[in-house]
Amino acid sequence: MQQGKQRAYEELRLEKSPTGIRGFDEITQGGLPRGRTALVTGGPGTGKTMLAMEFLVKGATEFGEPGVFVSFEETQDELIANSASLGFSLPDLCDSNRMYMDYVRVERSEIEETGEYDLEGLFVRLSHAINTVGAKRLVLDTIETLFSGLSNASILRAELRRLFRWLKDKGMTTIVTGERGANSLTREGLEEYVSDCVILLDHRVTEQVSTRRLRVVKYRGTEHGTNEYPFLISERGFMVLPITSMKLDYAAAEERISSGIPRLDAMLGGKGFYRGSLVLVSGTAGTGKTSTAAAFADAACRRGERCMYFAFEESAQQVIRNMRSIGLDLSRWVKKGLLKIVGQRPTVHGLEHHLMTLQFMIDDYDPAAVVVDPVTNLTQVGTITDVRATLARLVDHLKGRKVTILFTSLTPGSADAEMTDVGISSLADTWLKLQNLESGGERNRAITILKSRGMAHSNQVREFLLTGEGIDLVDVYVGPEGVLTGSARVSREADEKAREAALRLEIDRLEADRRKRRALLEEQIARLRSEFEGEEKELEGRIHLETLKMETMFQKRKEMGISRKADT
Amino acid sequence: MCGRCDRSPGKEKRETMAKKNDSGSKTEEFEKALQGDQAKRYVLRLYVTGSTPRSARAIRNLRKICEEHLQGRYELEVIDIYQQPELAQDADIVVTPTLVKRLPLPLRKFIGDLSDMEQVLKGMDITLKS
Repeated sequence: MQQGKQRAYEELRLEKSPTGIRGFDEITQGGLPRGRTALVTGGPGTGKTMLAMEFLVKGATEFGEPGVFVSFEETQDELIANSASLGFSLPDLCDSNRMYMDYVRVERSEIEETGEYDLEGLFVRLSHAINTVGAKRLVLDTIETLFSGLSNASILRAELRRLFRWLKDKGMTTIVTGERGANSLTREGLEEYVSDCVILLDHRVTEQVSTRRLRVVKYRGTEHGTNEYPFLISERGFMVLPITSMKLDYAAAEERISSGIPRLDAMLGGKGFYRGSLVLVSGTAGTGKTSTAAAFADAACRRGERCMYFAFEESAQQVIRNMRSIGLDLSRWVKKGLLKIVGQRPTVHGLEHHLMTLQFMIDDYDPAAVVVDPVTNLTQVGTITDVRATLARLVDHLKGRKVTILFTSLTPGSADAEMTDVGISSLADTWLKLQNLESGGERNRAITILKSRGMAHSNQVREFLLTGEGIDLVDVYVGPEGVLTGSARVSREADEKAREAALRLEIDRLEADRRKRRALLEEQIARLRSEFEGEEKELEGRIHLETLKMETMFQKRKEMGISRKADT
Repeated sequence: MCGRCDRSPGKEKRETMAKKNDSGSKTEEFEKALQGDQAKRYVLRLYVTGSTPRSARAIRNLRKICEEHLQGRYELEVIDIYQQPELAQDADIVVTPTLVKRLPLPLRKFIGDLSDMEQVLKGMDITLKS
């Protein structure tokens, strides 16, 4: 039975009608079921009308499918005004015969019921509207209003059933909106008639911050996510944030990019960050987070890549001015169009809204590097779990696009420096910790790499120097009194230098001594040698003399033997 | 095409026709309306869908009411919205059959086949002759 049902579903294999609504077609794998009716339900003010309107507008403008908007609640003028705020010009669409609007008003106080009736009048109007523009899409917003205008619910129900069947026969891709009831999806149980696709919109307020969410309750013949997807309604229309990247299936890049600080690159296995990784720079106030971020942005622009910089604490101008003081000229990149600094406080919007705006801005600008400075400001607008989840989504989305991300995180002075309050450190591929070391009556900045996935990295603490020419990292001194930085380091350096000089002097002295002794020895050897040479000559002379003597003696003896006529 | 902005030729024609028959301006109509029940002129429009039994029944019921109670002071137009669908939108017809009482004011709609005569007469503000 189950299998048979499965097969039937596969045979249905719904054709989809793309809505053109950002993110919506992704989560429904193509849009709404073509030629069928979808129900969009939700409480008041959840954006049902806007979703439906955008479906029609996009259909008319992007997919060449004219549409009919039948409104039971708002007049045409109201709809035109409301849609204008989303950037849609309905009068233009109507004039060019791509849209037809009809306002159906059922006012109970004007109506007397005097006998049997049907909804044929509505059918005629729909049919006329559809034929006038050759519509492929239709919206009924909100047809349930009929129940308050007409008292005979049984007639209405039968007629609605007939209406939906009729629309299906006409092949109209339809959105019916419904108001959410207390215990049901719609007040009048419209979901009974619309069985192909049901979408629920929700609008809730948590900790004074409102979030809009969308859920596909039912979509016959389509595998769909059962999650709630955050969405927003902005001046650019209805946008749903698809959570497709939760699978962690993005490719890992081998390419390495510079952090903008040569010595830091050296600490990171000599090559810098991985492209498409998340770098977290955490530290207390005034430890140089923004400077690190700006150096990273500058490096990206130097490579000719686009970078987007979200400054939650400062205006764009302020960031540029401040960075000029450490020798980073960001304004030239802004002028070249390589750098976009977005300065805004996150508290003006809800978290979801804010992150989505962020994501859509990023998608539009298509940068290779993104900086969020500081990411901790987002916790002001949401709970930590929410922030974590939404940030993870943003990060995965960006990683999927091979965007290298740098988050700065402000650690409260009192807290443990390795406890980032967002708890996003586990998301980070590389985590740089900046800290202030206070000793010897001064504060000095230091940097350490807490972790860096997939590369051999230095375990050393480096002193972090902000100079007029940029950022420099220098070795710190570790002595019995701890890590030395700043003037303590400088004085230690002087000490070291003095000691070195003394040693050098001593070595020189010893060397001279050695040389002198050697010379002395050589001299002695030479003298001995010359003395010996004298003696040797004398001895050689004596040897010669004695030899001569001996030879003479032999000669004489021989001569004597001859003279004696010896017989030897 | 913007439905409400659309002034179809059919509507124009009918409106001029209606004006001729209404014989005058709104003020006049209003004054007439003040002249008491007997003097009231009724401008009625019945919207039906073709010749379905329900349509026929509505027409029959309405004719009966007019002849019995509004003799000589009514103007009735029966409109088949199958033939003139654009008129359904102009008059905001959702349900058929619908009888629209344009005059005397206020505008009222009677939906259904008008078989509940008592309801119709009450709504039309017609006092029954005893």
